[in-house]
Amino acid sequence: MTVSAPRPHVDLQNAVVRFAGDSGDGMQLTGTEFTREAALYGNDLATFPDYPAEIRAPAGTTAGVSGYQIQFAAHEVYSAGDQPDTLVAMNPAALKVHLPDLKRGGLLILNEASFKQSDLDRAGWKTNPLTDGTLENYQVIKVDFEHLVGKAVEGAGVSAKDASRCKNFYALGLVFWIYSRDIEREEQAIRERFKKSPPLAEANVRAFKAGYNYGETIEALDAPYSIQPARLKPGKYRNVTGNSALALGLIAAAQKAGLRLFYGSYPITPASDILHELSKYRRFQLTTFQAEDEIAAISAAIGASFAGALGITGSSGPGIALKTEAMGLALMTELPLVIINVQRGGPSTGLPTKTEQSDLFQAVYGRNGECPIPVLAARSPADCFETAYEACRIAIDCRTPVIVLSDGSLANGSEPWLLPDVNSLPKIEPDFATDPAGFMPYKRDEKLARPWAIPGTPGLEHRIGGLEKDALTGNISYDAHNHEKMVRTRAEKVRRIADRLEPTEPFFDPEGEVLVIGWGGTYGSITQAVIEARQGGLKVGHVHLRHVFPLPNDLTDVAARYRTVLVPELNMGQLRLHMRGQLGLESVGLNKIQGKPFHVAEIRSAIESLARRKHLPAEQEIA
Amino acid sequence: MSAPLVKLTKKDFVSDQEVRWCPGCADFAILAGVQKLMPELGIAREKTVFISGIGCASRFPYYMNTYGFHGIHGRAPAIATGLKMANPDLTVWVVTGDGDGLSIGGNHLIHALRRNVDLKILLFDNRIYGLTKGQASPTSELGKKTKSSPFGTVDRPFNPLTLALGAGATFVARTTANDMPHMSSVLKRAAAHKGAAFVEIWQNCVVFNDGAFDEWSEKDVRDERLLKLEHGKPLMYGKSKDKGLRIGGGFTLEMGAADGAVVHDESRDNLSLALALAALEPPWPQVMGVLRAVDLPTVDQLAREQEREAEKATRGPATLEALLQSGDTWDVTAGAGDA
Repeated sequence: MTVSAPRPHVDLQNAVVRFAGDSGDGMQLTGTEFTREAALYGNDLATFPDYPAEIRAPAGTTAGVSGYQIQFAAHEVYSAGDQPDTLVAMNPAALKVHLPDLKRGGLLILNEASFKQSDLDRAGWKTNPLTDGTLENYQVIKVDFEHLVGKAVEGAGVSAKDASRCKNFYALGLVFWIYSRDIEREEQAIRERFKKSPPLAEANVRAFKAGYNYGETIEALDAPYSIQPARLKPGKYRNVTGNSALALGLIAAAQKAGLRLFYGSYPITPASDILHELSKYRRFQLTTFQAEDEIAAISAAIGASFAGALGITGSSGPGIALKTEAMGLALMTELPLVIINVQRGGPSTGLPTKTEQSDLFQAVYGRNGECPIPVLAARSPADCFETAYEACRIAIDCRTPVIVLSDGSLANGSEPWLLPDVNSLPKIEPDFATDPAGFMPYKRDEKLARPWAIPGTPGLEHRIGGLEKDALTGNISYDAHNHEKMVRTRAEKVRRIADRLEPTEPFFDPEGEVLVIGWGGTYGSITQAVIEARQGGLKVGHVHLRHVFPLPNDLTDVAARYRTVLVPELNMGQLRLHMRGQLGLESVGLNKIQGKPFHVAEIRSAIESLARRKHLPAEQEIA
Repeated sequence: MSAPLVKLTKKDFVSDQEVRWCPGCADFAILAGVQKLMPELGIAREKTVFISGIGCASRFPYYMNTYGFHGIHGRAPAIATGLKMANPDLTVWVVTGDGDGLSIGGNHLIHALRRNVDLKILLFDNRIYGLTKGQASPTSELGKKTKSSPFGTVDRPFNPLTLALGAGATFVARTTANDMPHMSSVLKRAAAHKGAAFVEIWQNCVVFNDGAFDEWSEKDVRDERLLKLEHGKPLMYGKSKDKGLRIGGGFTLEMGAADGAVVHDESRDNLSLALALAALEPPWPQVMGVLRAVDLPTVDQLAREQEREAEKATRGPATLEALLQSGDTWDVTAGAGDA
């Protein structure tokens, strides 16, 4: 093999690429493949898959467009990027939906074969964008995918239909050339993926390589781009989605505690992948239970916790609503339980595949009676691991249900994850009761936790349930003062969790003009926005809350070091109202409810606009 | 941790809690029957768990000196499923009623039965809502006048036995709380069954539905109106066992003389005869006893078998470290990226 002379490269610091096509075009796979290679190459990255709720919406319509965006860089990356530099649009519908986001002057790769009149009609183009001047501000690469892919896979032994389905790998090959990626590693990955069907593997490899060579042949660019590896913290990495990291965090906690993990769940978007992931790991003393409904899923998890397992249930907002009564039962019986809510657009069925942060009130306040349950929120895909782990630790330590909030963008988004040292994970001690001498089912320790006395332990037979219990014996009690004592004790048990939190240390400026307080999946966009605002000379701090309830004790004091507080949320201001109610902390909201993450620019401009004002604006939301 | 080899008595299974059912409630008889049965099973108290939902029947666990869990309305089978799957060594009883088990918790009941979770499910059927003070239940007969149906109900009732059979229950039986010997024998059979055992217990509510079962189960009529099923014996009833049921033309049962009655076989795979017997309505006799008892693997067994298979298939130890490092990983060394 001859080595060709090194091509000239244009070195970039970062790039944003979006793959878009019909739901059946394999865009999620294409994006995932590109992401894996970027990760293995050593770029830092963040991804944002965005797909419709319908499995196969009518072909060629804008309703069926599925997209996958990745930002990869030679430096640290916090979000999937606001605007793509490169857009791959496999049909006119994908072009229609995504063109408005493409950077002016950006690279646009189009499937020329899909711009027949009927295709244009289905996508709602009145005139042909290829010829009507719509694309004049972009660098357009028109590719006749159907013809070229057909030729490339000739002789691979696949049907014409299967041949046509290789066009996503052709597109991937072309983007590999544009960003100077390693094709050999990808070739192996394709062969591994299709190892059950060697002809399919061969066809996809040929399409992939042909796409790569096409870039070279037509000199799609004067010089391809190159993005060097990022200077990440040393260690072993893997790329991980939020749902995978969450599942691994649960397994890690159960393993460290020496407990069986019991996961009860009912299929729901976007939480189902946690069930799928956990179902693979039977060898880790792990029971997954696909229940008949959401209520059974949590009830079975409570039963498992009563038996001495780590009971966990997971769902999304509508399913969490159904679990509400059982969450009260777990609180009343003071058993460890973790409830995961991978939030999506609501209310009701809402926007199943889109992201939102609108279940904070549901998590903190959404039950009958005085029912305080600790609420933790993950801030990035990899952070789902630690958040899940900490939730399990609190649940076991305090004998309480704990809610973990994730969201659709974290669940499916991915980033490189610096693998934790297993030995350095905090200890979790189930500390089962075994001694019948002086045993009382509701006698509490210094954390106000009651004993975990599990069936099978001689001499500790006792009865628990949803009726109010005597503060010591656990017998049914309708006594007025006992009830008040129990309500206040359960509240105090949860409140004390805040006493054990690390002091709040804002990122960036420790004092200044604006403190941005966020929670959940907005972390990346806020971080990047604060970096950019500070480059403009502003003094800005950022606190990202993992503990949504109880809130950190020192939050008000930290906020007082800044002139104003900005709270960006993908809802109508739930954290803002929660902080006002819990702490009397006033803030201004930046609120977006479009089923989409924040753009960095939106937050940056809110910070800048707020920093210019002398006083906290009277309005609750900043435009 | 095995229990000391002390012979337990009924008293050992009586908790220190005051029993708060209405005087004359048939629940007392069922409680006594179950407490009497416990020492005969030879299972340690600490390995026995009673789980219930909401309703009069669901107070049951408080009165048993075993582990107990008084759950929420209808959810006892789901709680019990989680408990049993987490620890298959436990003997788990579910106590429910016609409202709790067939209405608000109907979904959990049928799924526990179809999964064949190793649970003993006692459904106390009084054909009324007791704890909420007298509304129609899913087993109330059509046209029944109650507080919530002053003009009579307009919805047809469930037959708990056909429902359980239809859900694929591996053990289905009926008994009545006013016949202690029969109830004891059925409970003992349920306890011995490996799998989901469903027992409907006719239970008279003296306050809101007194006499609901009198026309069949009172001492003076029961011989004529109840058919006690016995495995391997012909389907006969009547004071002098002079009447029998046989299979007629067109896939039906026929009443006739005892001679030629069909022999009861509770282990039959085919459900049709069990369903026909369960569905009998007056003037036909009502069946009592074990309708169906078949051996099938339980969900808790199957789940554990999968775990053992997965362990065997794993090369090397299943360590957490190996799990986290599975998939494509890469190393970043100090100074990488500077090259």
